[in-house]
Amino acid sequence: MKELTHLDQLEAEAIYIIREVAAECENPVMLYSVGKDSSVMLHLALKAFYPEKPPFPFMHIDTTWKFKEMIQFRDRRAKELGIEMLIHTNEQGVKDGINPFDHGSAYTDIMKTQALKEGLDHYGFDAAFGGGRRDEEKSRAKERVFSFRNNKHAWDPKNQRPEMWKLYNTKLHKGESMRVFPISNWTEKDIWQYIKRENIEIVPLYFAEEREYIERDGNIILVDDDRMRVYESEKIIKNFIRFRTLGCYPLTGGCYSKANTLDEIIEETLGAISSERTTRVIDNEAVGSMERRKREGYF
Amino acid sequence: MSIQKSLLKFITCGSVDDGKSTLIGHMLYDAKLIFADQEKALELDSRLGSNEGELDYSLLLDGLMAEREQGITIDVAYRYFTTAKRSFIVADCPGHEQYTRNMAVGASFADLAVILVDASQGVLLQTKRHTRICALMGIKHIVLAVNKMDLIHYDKHRFEEIKRDFKTLCANFDLSSITVIPVSATLGDNITNKSSKTPWYKGQSLYEYLENIDVISDDVNREFIMPVQRVCRPNHTFRGFQGQIESGSLKVGEEITVLPMGEKANVTKILVTEKEEESAIAGEPITICLNKEIDISRGCVIVKDKKLEVADMFTASLFWMDNKEMVPGRNYLIKCGTKILPATVMSIKHKVDINSGKHISADQLFKNEIAEIDIALSEEMVFDNFARNKAIGSFILIDRVSNMTSACGVIKHGLRRSTNVIWQQNDVTREFRAIQKSQNPLSLWFTGLSGSGKSTLANAVEKKLVALGKHTMLLDGDNVRHGLNKNLGFKEVDRIENIRRISEVTKLMNDAGLITITSFISPYEKDRQSAREIIGDSYIEVYVATPLKECEKRDTKGLYAKARAGEIPNFTGISAPYEEPTNPDLKVQTVWRTVDEVASEIVEFIKEKI
Repeated sequence: MKELTHLDQLEAEAIYIIREVAAECENPVMLYSVGKDSSVMLHLALKAFYPEKPPFPFMHIDTTWKFKEMIQFRDRRAKELGIEMLIHTNEQGVKDGINPFDHGSAYTDIMKTQALKEGLDHYGFDAAFGGGRRDEEKSRAKERVFSFRNNKHAWDPKNQRPEMWKLYNTKLHKGESMRVFPISNWTEKDIWQYIKRENIEIVPLYFAEEREYIERDGNIILVDDDRMRVYESEKIIKNFIRFRTLGCYPLTGGCYSKANTLDEIIEETLGAISSERTTRVIDNEAVGSMERRKREGYF
Repeated sequence: MSIQKSLLKFITCGSVDDGKSTLIGHMLYDAKLIFADQEKALELDSRLGSNEGELDYSLLLDGLMAEREQGITIDVAYRYFTTAKRSFIVADCPGHEQYTRNMAVGASFADLAVILVDASQGVLLQTKRHTRICALMGIKHIVLAVNKMDLIHYDKHRFEEIKRDFKTLCANFDLSSITVIPVSATLGDNITNKSSKTPWYKGQSLYEYLENIDVISDDVNREFIMPVQRVCRPNHTFRGFQGQIESGSLKVGEEITVLPMGEKANVTKILVTEKEEESAIAGEPITICLNKEIDISRGCVIVKDKKLEVADMFTASLFWMDNKEMVPGRNYLIKCGTKILPATVMSIKHKVDINSGKHISADQLFKNEIAEIDIALSEEMVFDNFARNKAIGSFILIDRVSNMTSACGVIKHGLRRSTNVIWQQNDVTREFRAIQKSQNPLSLWFTGLSGSGKSTLANAVEKKLVALGKHTMLLDGDNVRHGLNKNLGFKEVDRIENIRRISEVTKLMNDAGLITITSFISPYEKDRQSAREIIGDSYIEVYVATPLKECEKRDTKGLYAKARAGEIPNFTGISAPYEEPTNPDLKVQTVWRTVDEVASEIVEFIKEKI
């Protein structure tokens, strides 16, 4: 007799959630950030509706500062899979020259949070799938799978809707929306093991390779294009590095590694002594910074 | 490393300051499951906090700013860890009574509960409440961790006393196992390893227990049940039904029955996600194809040969979670499995006293209360007893105005009454009666404050309709209360029943082919929504929007003066609220216009429809 493994159970739970949204919400969208979690979520969406294509579009919030390889990967995958990939950028932010070097946390707010809200409002989406996992961060650990947002996209952590069994409440008033996290209960290890089991294609930046970077404030920052500001005190180094998590290249730290197969990555992840988000520069700014951004509409 | 591990979902709960977060924090820390940066942050936070630089493990879990400010847990935190034997998801639940509903959220998710008590305090009211909710939500295995044993000098007798109290509490719950362990969450006694300070304790440490307890249910061996989540139609050659198998298994070639219709067909294809398989088991997400065209939609339940209940009334245990109280008669949406329907709580059979478990009579329910109730549905639904099947034996109630998840419940049994009262098929139909009168029956539902001019307008409108040769009937609030609703008062529960009866009568009048005009204050949005629900498409809401000041000035019946003098309690507009219609079909002004003008406007508005 067959028995469901830990990964089978997580997969089944995610597929159930994805199907519920498709069945009950009027205008859902799946947010696609090109990272490993997004790749897993996209894969789950393809499985959930097979032989039908996912009955909703995908959307990437492009800050214009993503790694080049991410953008290439995004465009190629969307074409190969024949899915609708919407791309949204905060054009006003681009016009105002908002960038990760000069504008610090305002950059994240304008190019990510504001852009996301703008994108969702523009298309009138009432539910947006996100690849957030509860093991990433403490305020995420407290969030529901169906996370209610008011008409300003704000999250109220003190007054979340009760979520019982598998009975998700998707009822909304006009202007309100849901952020839905089908892989809430997955850990970083589960993600990697699933990527291996299902043979899911991911951006090559996750694998170690000789790359050019600089060291800044203890972070390894890739010199991805000529917009990268290299100060006189810094020098460009070439060595084997890879990324555990991907965001905007000037704000995402890499790690020294020679792991260039999934097995090596899994081994490295299992032995990791720091959590994956340590390499996200913005999380470390202040206590509760993630929660504060989420209250304002960030994922 | 093997990935073929089982997954155990458990919760920790109990009263405030019993040390839940500390316990989990300690387990994660001991098991070296905390990353270096989190450990560093923990040390930093502990130094800032009140614990004098000692590691404060609870800070690992209380992640919200408000929680840190107040030093309490507000919402469930989910944590993940893996040991050599098992993968775990633990939901750390808040202890404060105010956040009991968040504790229930954690309980609905778990297979097992670790309930903490403070050894120096023993079994408290909140311990009882949490244990009762765990049992209600279907948890079968409970561990009582008697914490802070260090504070009572590892006293065996006190421990035995608490154990006895707890077993008495659980005597009437349907549980598979109760285990009691003496621990100290701060010092680590009997958490990961057996403690030398409790030589009299012969059982396992908490960690060993969690790694070894068998909670696997026999879902695989039971009969096949799959609620349909969605129909998959990528093109006209493929028609599949998608859902998750809730129990049992299915093979290609087997015959299935689709409920509630009861139609049968054979399975021609099974997809487990995207892979075609010969069979599938409980827990798997599948897509199935059948050898016959049956009209199956979301909310149907596919079974093999199991007989499930199909009825439009049932008895259930309910846990009320909304800040607004529950009053029988109100209309909610129910979600059970993948089915969503309008539903009404008909009656509260009794409330359950959290402390003693005794049954108490009640006519309304408040937040965090448990009761046994009867629910009526707007149409037949497939369900099962919760103990036999969690997936179609559990439900939530959604408030139709706020959209809040107001309650959750577990179904006990269907009510015979519903299957015994059968719709009589009449040869003379509503349509026939309408044609005979050459009109379309409608219900004009006037709502507005007392003195707004509803009755005057209703009277004028009826006269105009009669002049047009229409057949009408007028129902007036005061008149109905002299007869049909003589036994009802003005409390909220009575007002709801008043509106329900009037709605049903109005519908019957429509069935008779009549254009019905009603004139009732009907102050609550929810009740007007129920009226709309009962009466259906022929319901037309006319809001007579006369300002309170003007109504009070008119005071045609002298009621405002009495209300102001405190002689009438619960008077709408003065001491009871009037919820303005947010979306009336027609809103009329009566201040600067004559009755005739407004009545003509209303008749003009419905002319096309009748």
